Amino acid sequence: MPNMSQEKVKMPEQDPNVRNKNFDEVSLGYTKEQAMEEATRCLNCRNKPCTQGCPVGVPIPDFISKVAEGDFEAAYDIITSENALPAICGRVCPQENQCEGQCIRGKKGEPVGIGRLERFVADYHREHGVQKEINIEKNDKKVAIVGSGPAGITCAGELAKRGYDVTVFEALHKTGGVLSYGIPEFRLPKALVQQEVDGVAALGVDFETNVVVGRSVTIDELQADGYEAIFVGSGAGLPRFQGIPGENLNSVYAANEFLTRVNLMKGYQFPDHPTPVKITDTVCVIGAGNVAMDAARTAKRLGAENVYIVYRRSAKEAPARAEEIHHAQEEGIIFKFLTNPVHIYGEDGWVKSMECVEMELGEPDASGRRRPIVKEGSNFSIETGTVIVAIGQSPNPLIRQTTPGLDTQRWGGIIVDEDTMKTSKDGVYAGGDAVTGAATVILAMGAGKKAAKAIDEALKNQ
Amino acid sequence: MYEILKKEVLNDAVELMVVHAPYVARKCEPGQFIILRVGEDGERIPLTIADYDREKETITIIYQVVGYSTIQLSKLQEGDCLTDFVGPLGEPTKLVKSNHVVGVAGGVGSAPLYPQLRALAAMGVECDVIIGGRESQYVLWADKFKEFCKNVYITTDDGSMGHHGFVTDVLKDMIDRGDEIDEVIAIGPVPMMRAVVNVTKPHNLKTSVSLNPIMIDGTGMCGCCRVTVDGKIKFACVDGPDFDGLLVDFDELVTRQRMFKSEEAHICKITGVKR
Repeated sequence: MPNMSQEKVKMPEQDPNVRNKNFDEVSLGYTKEQAMEEATRCLNCRNKPCTQGCPVGVPIPDFISKVAEGDFEAAYDIITSENALPAICGRVCPQENQCEGQCIRGKKGEPVGIGRLERFVADYHREHGVQKEINIEKNDKKVAIVGSGPAGITCAGELAKRGYDVTVFEALHKTGGVLSYGIPEFRLPKALVQQEVDGVAALGVDFETNVVVGRSVTIDELQADGYEAIFVGSGAGLPRFQGIPGENLNSVYAANEFLTRVNLMKGYQFPDHPTPVKITDTVCVIGAGNVAMDAARTAKRLGAENVYIVYRRSAKEAPARAEEIHHAQEEGIIFKFLTNPVHIYGEDGWVKSMECVEMELGEPDASGRRRPIVKEGSNFSIETGTVIVAIGQSPNPLIRQTTPGLDTQRWGGIIVDEDTMKTSKDGVYAGGDAVTGAATVILAMGAGKKAAKAIDEALKNQ
Repeated sequence: MYEILKKEVLNDAVELMVVHAPYVARKCEPGQFIILRVGEDGERIPLTIADYDREKETITIIYQVVGYSTIQLSKLQEGDCLTDFVGPLGEPTKLVKSNHVVGVAGGVGSAPLYPQLRALAAMGVECDVIIGGRESQYVLWADKFKEFCKNVYITTDDGSMGHHGFVTDVLKDMIDRGDEIDEVIAIGPVPMMRAVVNVTKPHNLKTSVSLNPIMIDGTGMCGCCRVTVDGKIKFACVDGPDFDGLLVDFDELVTRQRMFKSEEAHICKITGVKR
């Protein structure tokens, strides 16, 4: 008989007023008992709507029933048959739009805490599991992966398991892509990212850091070097700005810069780590996606007293995960919805205030969301010393500029066949944010996996 | 690892290193730069490529020992390795064949200017160079430029070598006496490049500058190095580092370079690093 509680078993978290001063992980994860209890809420539906909602098709009810039985290693094996990075997905997937969004239990009460269970299983395995010997039969075919973010490492892992000789080229000094430079420690501990990368390396994948494909070496040169297939997972790194006056004042950061200083370069440990990051009493973050939440919560942890999220649409349209918005609110982030910045003012070159206008919602626009319209004469100013722009990123242009024959969208995304992730250039595949523009970790992983399958099919019979 | 094959102290503020870096050496062109790190926690510091040897797979860098991270770099010796060394970054200089180019170098600016003028000279362009320094020891590479420059002018702030004054004095003289100049390439401290532009702008004389704003990744990802050129936001790391000097907003660049001045002073003070 399933557990008919309408609420998820609560996951222990650090107290909001404690955690908003440290960089330790916010959520502490289920205990064995809590996980087994939550697992009994699953109805084990025959048609598995949750699995259909999962971009990589994890057989969710199967792993959950193993959790209910207390056989966590079996649960781990089931998850990892489809998802190579469960510790990461359990933490950063927007479950409410995916698996949990489809869960029957969600119709009346809360859905099963699939993300929490996935995270528990991955963490349990990390602490208690034994690394299995994997026998890989090498096939002597070379594949290159561009970028060591979620798309790249997934594709690399899948191909290595199938016997390919895989090299991953990473532009930064550290692997992990957005998992390392973008998502903060308190949401995704970096030791965990490293462990997942190490797991892929243990399959025999070579990681070459400090190689900027498009500059240090081109796609054509990699092909000439004997790489029979190349997967481009170079992400969406190029920050966008609104184009309002004052954006180049000191202490206006692109969210990428702010987060890179803190996450990749460990600016929160300045001066023990020499890369600085400057913070002021008041900080305004523009945008309401996950990156904006990360930036706002990071600013709070660095000591800012008043941190505003300024967003031109309403709470309903905010693209961030529900949990991130909830956590941000708990931590004292102030939300200014239906508010759009129009001018940043400075003094001696430094940010002093930000002028905004109030907005109201009109008819739905091309994105299906109601279009924000300016309320004339509603201008007001927020005194602030820092502005962080988190309104999105475009794909990095280096590869498209240096790869003849690679077709891209006008906005920069690489054009692919959606079934195979094949690009217009022979032997070149692409996936993740480089194709879609800024999206989610799990979609990038799904693309990496799909590309690996297509690459294998193309190469195995050659 | 990126082994330091040679280290040379050029004067009391400037050092040279030859580093083994195959990827960079195979591909780099004049005008491009690298980013390096010293130590597992090190800052990413951008430095322009001064020279390269494709066969030996080496890159020559020249740096001024000014702050915390360049002091850490300076502590390394021949045989030591840099933790990270990535490149080539940025767009190569667009070398245009013309009749007469004047290079203007201030301090370590000689280093990035050198491969550019050498390449232009090899294309048959008549090159002159004006090298400035605070005092004679800071005038770099006058001899090396002599190999392919028709005239090598030297200026020092204290008069200890060459003309007593600024590089702009010599440039002004050349323009005033009617020298036909097709392009000026100015590389050095921002105040120098700005002073050069102030001289060339009234004559609408094409002036290229190489900008060095604060950077982190150097691949277009962080947006830290943005500069305003002709009223538009450009990222120096991917759109530059060379820009049309007549269109650069130097006021903004100067301000943005001050962003972390107080943090820099703080880390130097509390760690007691001194040259």
